[in-house]
Amino acid sequence: MLSRTADSLYWAGRYIERADYLARILEATLRLAAIPTKQGTESSIWAASLATSGCPLLPNSDLTDPQDIRDYLAFSPDNPSSIHCCLTMARTNARSVRTALTVELWETINGAWNRLQELDMPLRGDELLEFLQWVKGVTLGVEGATSRTMLRNDAYWFLRLGAAVERADNTARLLDVKYHLLLPEGERVGGQFDYFQWTTLLREVSALTAYRWVYRDDVKPWHVADLMILNRQMPRSLASCQATIVRYLDRLAADYDNRGPAQRLASAQMKHFEGAKMDTIFQSGLHEYIQSYLAENRRLGEAIHQQYLS
Amino acid sequence: MAFDEMNGTGGEIRSPYAKAAQWLANASPDLLKTRSRQAELFFRRMGITFAVYGDTESNERLIPFDLIPRIVSGAEWNGLEVGLTQRINAINAFLKDIYGPQEILKAGIIPPELILTNQAYRPEMQGQRPPRDIWVQIAGVDLVRTGEDEFHVLEDNVRTPSGVSYMLENREMMMRLFPELFADHSVRPVETYPDTLLASLKACAPEDAGGNPTIVVLTPGPFNSAYYEHSFLADKLGAELVEGSDLFVDDNYVYMRTTQGRRRVDVIYRRVDDEFLDPLTFRSDSALGVPGLMAAYTAGNVTLANAVGTGVADDKAVYTYIPDIIRFYTGEEPILKNVPTWRCREADDLKYVLEHLDELVVKEVGGSGGYGMLIGPAATKAEIEAFRAKLTAAPEEFIAQPTLALSTAPTLSDGKLVQRHIDLRPFVLSSPNGCSIAPGGLTRVALKEGSLVVNSSQGGGTKDTWVLED
Repeated sequence: MLSRTADSLYWAGRYIERADYLARILEATLRLAAIPTKQGTESSIWAASLATSGCPLLPNSDLTDPQDIRDYLAFSPDNPSSIHCCLTMARTNARSVRTALTVELWETINGAWNRLQELDMPLRGDELLEFLQWVKGVTLGVEGATSRTMLRNDAYWFLRLGAAVERADNTARLLDVKYHLLLPEGERVGGQFDYFQWTTLLREVSALTAYRWVYRDDVKPWHVADLMILNRQMPRSLASCQATIVRYLDRLAADYDNRGPAQRLASAQMKHFEGAKMDTIFQSGLHEYIQSYLAENRRLGEAIHQQYLS
Repeated sequence: MAFDEMNGTGGEIRSPYAKAAQWLANASPDLLKTRSRQAELFFRRMGITFAVYGDTESNERLIPFDLIPRIVSGAEWNGLEVGLTQRINAINAFLKDIYGPQEILKAGIIPPELILTNQAYRPEMQGQRPPRDIWVQIAGVDLVRTGEDEFHVLEDNVRTPSGVSYMLENREMMMRLFPELFADHSVRPVETYPDTLLASLKACAPEDAGGNPTIVVLTPGPFNSAYYEHSFLADKLGAELVEGSDLFVDDNYVYMRTTQGRRRVDVIYRRVDDEFLDPLTFRSDSALGVPGLMAAYTAGNVTLANAVGTGVADDKAVYTYIPDIIRFYTGEEPILKNVPTWRCREADDLKYVLEHLDELVVKEVGGSGGYGMLIGPAATKAEIEAFRAKLTAAPEEFIAQPTLALSTAPTLSDGKLVQRHIDLRPFVLSSPNGCSIAPGGLTRVALKEGSLVVNSSQGGGTKDTWVLED
């Protein structure tokens, strides 16, 4: 397969995943901002969501107004990671490798893009919620079409690999912004507002129900940390994402009959999760832990690029 | 009255159309309308579109498809085939000579400056021999008909001719929509074209490429007007569709970047113009090309189809010499005629053209696609005067031809049969094993009543072309 083809597939996967993540961040922020509280003003909540999004800011940009932040994250053409840009980039990448995709997958991605062209801007508040629901639906549709119709060959592995790498990155970024909320067991737990933050964080990644199933307990910060970092049942946890990345890279290595730096790096990273305990992670510093994971994930991205995509 | 493919000059139905005419007489307008709609829907869903330059509003368009096939008898086709083969063989010999010993210039048949200062002449190719010495692997020759036995070549198109995907898609569509018609006619197949093209390209691979050379299709990218065709052909050939950035040159060999490392490329079916092929040799601002490609090419390590520099043979000024070129290299009389042409670079011709602008078609020698031409009889006084100024300023840039009465063919307009002017572009493949022409080609039709311009960029449509087994 041409490296450019693999690159387009990989990035189509990443952009779709990122669009979904942003839709979830925005949805959670709308919910959080609707709660009256003394500690967090509306604008500080939106500023936090901007940080969580990981979207690059333009130099000299002064984004403080909630409405501006909202539009910046959802629609702005100046923001290369806005939902609008992500869906457009996903479609551009998919179009350039159209013959590598099934008709079902292409029509899902192209259909989403067509719908995007028809939107009347700017959206009202209630329309925004509907839009975010729709974006999440698009990702589900893409996942479904991919899983149900694509051959399990290198095209499929690259598409999936992109999504997995992006998902790991998103979870880690989310944790990095919220790490101060995640406390070791026994620490004094904050008030009502913190409680809302945790539940919102869980909701952001559709994990509130999962939490209750796994821990059978009220929401405690150390459980939240465990769920998002080490729990292998949770598809979005760092450990799960890493295992997924390793699996897809191994399939590629098997198909190509060749293991390279990307496989070795991913497997080495996977070792960190084996037998890991939240206590130990808290002791050595959660923030440092997440920072180091983000750096490793970036290195892995570069290794994949070197080995396959360029 | 122009010659009509179905009715001739007005008398009886011509024999190739006998059964089709009967069928048309019995087909209900509703059926034809429904089938037209089905065809359009299908083309749109498949994204069989082309982009129109300088048209911002709707830059991806469908080429209108007309349901009524253009039918050619086997005997007519056999004549065309011989004529086309003669012509393309002569053009190959001409290019070999021009970039070699230049005998034809020494013999005084063509003024040397017309070749050597031609924009399409590539001095870089002087003294070079492409692998297997084939220059024009693929030609798309535009033919027009003016009478029962009157075919003329309008253009030779030996650079990067397009349209062959429509020949194949139109046939596919007709077989889908009207299987009963094919049962009634024995139509020669065009479906073998991709296989023939593949065999032909393989046969042109460099000597050291081995038994199974790697072929790629080089496209300028998704924004090119013919991108659909590029991806269509790559699919049919089972070749990678590459852009310049997918290729690189190392030690005068061309490689593509794949997920499993570099892979040598032996034949490049390129749909990128000469000027953009290699920024080291030609336009340094070209992002479409491959640095070092020309070095690999002149080292004989990669085949480009078509060769670099073929444009010097289909320039409209050189076109006027093709009959002489055929005589010079083959010793035969040309079988296919040229359209009579005035060379504005010659004083007598220019004088005549300036006096008859309102009757003539004037074209830029380097132009294509129906852009930048004057159609005298259809132009306003002001347009003619504006053109006169351009022509007087640079007469060597223009040629002029009479407005030909292109033949017409029955065409659907709102469910009714009307007569519209058409041309024909057969595709000629050349390899060391000789020439091969798919029986048929692309018939283009000027959909506007009375219009003689068939280019898709100017509102033309296409038809399926049937060559019958007599």
